[in-house]
Amino acid sequence: MTTMTLAQQIITIALCSLATILSRFIPFLLFKENEERPAFVQYLGKALPSAIFGMLIIYCFKDVSFIEAPHAIPELISVVFTIILHMSFRKMLLSIAGGTACYMLLLHFIF
Amino acid sequence: MRLKALKAAFPYTIPIFASFWFLGFTYGVYMNVSGFSFVYPLLMSIVIFGGSLEFVAVSMLMAPFAPIQTFIMAFMIQARHLFYGISMLDKYKNVGLKRLYLIYGMCDESFSINYSVEVPKGVDKGWFMFFVTLLNQFYWVSGSTLGGLLGSLITFDTTGLEFVMTAMFVVIFLEQWLKEGKHYTALIGIGSAIICRLIFGASSFMVPTMVCIFLLLYFFRKPIEKAGGLI
Repeated sequence: MTTMTLAQQIITIALCSLATILSRFIPFLLFKENEERPAFVQYLGKALPSAIFGMLIIYCFKDVSFIEAPHAIPELISVVFTIILHMSFRKMLLSIAGGTACYMLLLHFIF
Repeated sequence: MRLKALKAAFPYTIPIFASFWFLGFTYGVYMNVSGFSFVYPLLMSIVIFGGSLEFVAVSMLMAPFAPIQTFIMAFMIQARHLFYGISMLDKYKNVGLKRLYLIYGMCDESFSINYSVEVPKGVDKGWFMFFVTLLNQFYWVSGSTLGGLLGSLITFDTTGLEFVMTAMFVVIFLEQWLKEGKHYTALIGIGSAIICRLIFGASSFMVPTMVCIFLLLYFFRKPIEKAGGLI
């Protein structure tokens, strides 16, 4: 159970909300909607997304251990399966559903 | 126009529906068993709308009151949105007042879809992105509220369903990979994250990763731009 008063709880939640809103709005406050942006910012806008998507994949694996059994094998098999599905059919939903089903079946029956 | 955009947006959000209901439900149950009413996950999912922070916020609420520490920690967890914003400056342009909500609701998944999906012809871009964001938040709010209401009453075997999010990011990454001419920045992202994960551990590697990515992009700007291939 929490030991905070209701007011303290509200402040804690409000601060989490404020931090989130700031993190999302800051770039849009720094650079106005229709003004020419510095070349470096334009470059970042193009260079960042691929780096971010790469980072997000690793983020999904942050709690997976390669040392302890099953050594991330189900994850790796399922990622490879997702990639094969996607390269074969290029259907986003099919690749995601197939990859997830593969992972669930592997966990359920094998690992 | 709105209905058409909603219809076009919905299919792209189906994987997020599965994942947000699953994760949101888990989060709601977690709050429930920690002694909080369903009103907490309901309101927190509306005003915060950031999965990882909401989980951490539960332990913040259980700990002694520490507002400054709470704010700093919350901002560090959410700092990756700064990168999303920089990438979305152009996409979230000229869409009227909806822009405010698009930015407010820019979670990992809404950003990923809105950045990578080419809006179908004849569909209004602003409303399409608006509905992607709104549907995603609706899934998250309803899932977490349900979890908070039902608590641990219902259990069913969903082991592994969380992989739906990984699979979605893999597919989006792959699409981006196929579209771009050179892969330097993709490799910078993956490499920085792996190295920082190994050095800093699972709970605190994201901010170092972002710093790393930023510095690499800054110092290698010339060769990266010269090589071309950025979309």
